[in-house]
Amino acid sequence: MSDAIRPAPETPEPRVTVRRYSALTRINHWTLAGSFVLLTLSGMALFHPSLFWLSTFFGGGPTLRWLHPVFGCVLIVAWLFMFLRFAWANLPERTDWVWMTKVRDVLSGREENLPEVGKYNAGQKLVFWSFALLVPALFLTGLVIWDQYFYDWTTIPQKRVAVLAHALLAIGMITVWIVHAYAAIWVQGTIQAMTRGYVTGGWAWRHHRKWLRDLVSGRKRTPPATPAE
Amino acid sequence: MTITVNPPVAATAPAYGEQDLLRRSASSVPAPGRQLEAVSKLIDVSKCIGCKACQSACLEWNNLKEEIGVNTGTYQNPHDLTPNTWTLMKFTEWVNPQTDNLEWLIRKDGCMHCADPGCLKACPSPGAIVQYTNGIVDFDREKCIGCGYCVKGCPFNIPRISNVTHKAYKCSLCSDRVAVGQGPACAKACPTKAIVFGTKEQMKAHADKRIADLKSRGFDKAGLYDPPGVGGTHVMYVLHHADQPSLYAGLPDNPRISPIVEAWKGVTKYAGFAVIGLAAAFGFVHHLVAGPNKVTEHDEEEAARLTEGRSP
Ligand code: HEM
Ligand code: SF4
Repeated sequence: MSDAIRPAPETPEPRVTVRRYSALTRINHWTLAGSFVLLTLSGMALFHPSLFWLSTFFGGGPTLRWLHPVFGCVLIVAWLFMFLRFAWANLPERTDWVWMTKVRDVLSGREENLPEVGKYNAGQKLVFWSFALLVPALFLTGLVIWDQYFYDWTTIPQKRVAVLAHALLAIGMITVWIVHAYAAIWVQGTIQAMTRGYVTGGWAWRHHRKWLRDLVSGRKRTPPATPAE
Repeated sequence: MTITVNPPVAATAPAYGEQDLLRRSASSVPAPGRQLEAVSKLIDVSKCIGCKACQSACLEWNNLKEEIGVNTGTYQNPHDLTPNTWTLMKFTEWVNPQTDNLEWLIRKDGCMHCADPGCLKACPSPGAIVQYTNGIVDFDREKCIGCGYCVKGCPFNIPRISNVTHKAYKCSLCSDRVAVGQGPACAKACPTKAIVFGTKEQMKAHADKRIADLKSRGFDKAGLYDPPGVGGTHVMYVLHHADQPSLYAGLPDNPRISPIVEAWKGVTKYAGFAVIGLAAAFGFVHHLVAGPNKVTEHDEEEAARLTEGRSP
């Protein structure tokens, strides 16, 4: 059995905890999340006048204008590592389609009616691939409108398209993020996977049974999710 | 019309200010209590001799310094508007196919002071761009954040962002001079009176006379450039080939705010808030209806049973 599974120390019952994310992965995730939140707040200040007051948290308008793309560079680097770590574990499987057709069972938490799930379910994979595409698209459109350094690279008509696309992509990214964050809150016990690095055995059994079985049997159905593990 | 007498030496209180704003970027303004008379600059390209007195006067009045440039074989210097060159004589050599004459078209380029200003509508910083009820569109560098959105909003490619100050610059129509009853510096300097300044009505009447004169000399396509696509402008041209404005160093034939900019500044904002709001509302309602998805005691037992005796 994988050494990821060990008895939970704080309960008298014979319980187990399962390690889900290494410290490196968690640092990676929270760098990504932190830069994303800063990008959203600073971007929204420019998106609509009713939110311009957010610029006071970034040292005023000119500083915000300078900072936003700098946060963007942090985001793209964090994204690259995240992508390399997790792309394998998020490849689609046949059971994902079954999972997706049973939206009602998913939304009402009747997981007994769903196929057993590996490390990620189809919803998590959708979120992963949405971010996987949105971040580089935001980065590229962001470069086109990053006038301080890259003004000469593109024409004004190209910049117009890019700024519109950047705003639309940002809306898409924020929407996917709401889904991602809500899912983590709704499925209780999930957040500690990214904060403390482990989940309870019950959580793994309930939501990612195939993953748990693989860990128990020591079988590696999917390649290791994190090279560090 | 352009006031040519020297101004009084004693300080004069500005005749208009904040209370006369028609529009303010990224903010709403109370309806102005009074309507100032619309002003306009009129540039008669047929009278321009390309001496650049206006270009120098602009640098002089606005205390701007241009770098020494390089000659690329035309009189145009610098080659384009810059953060320091708010007005630029643009020179075009054109062979008129009807007469086979080489025509030297000289146009004074600079801000057109649109009635429907694309720069102002694109600007995200409250008050960085203002429009007075007399038609002047002015930048307030104190409030500018240097984002370059005005550059994308402008249908005439006018604003320039300084790499030194990271602020936007363009012709102010000498709002500081107009406020104390003076005409713009360029108009005052023009030796042929190709540039004149006054109320928009006066300028249109003056243009009519000039156009009649040009037509009598065989320029039957002479006309006024006051493009309706941007609601008219407070800088107008008399063109001898008014049917082809783009001959004059690419003056847009039918300028208007780009539909992409309008979509970005219009529907995108509402759609954006709607989509984000719906996603948040969905989460909220779902949580009320479905409640948290909790791991049960049974799940924990199952997990423990699965791993029983096999933990290290
Ligand atoms: C990935 C790298 C990114 C880069 C290089 C970048 C760059 C930029 C730049 C240059 C601007 C124009 C304002 C300025 O000069 O600061 C801008 C605006 C904006 N950005 Fe980004 N950005 C990135 C990521 C993001 C992300 C992840 C979001 C949020 C999800 C976002 C949301 C926005 C918004 C809402 C605006 C304002 C658009 C508008 O005015 O309508 N950006 N970005
Ligand atoms: S550069 Fe300045 S004036 Fe131009 S849109 Fe940005 S804040 Fe407004």
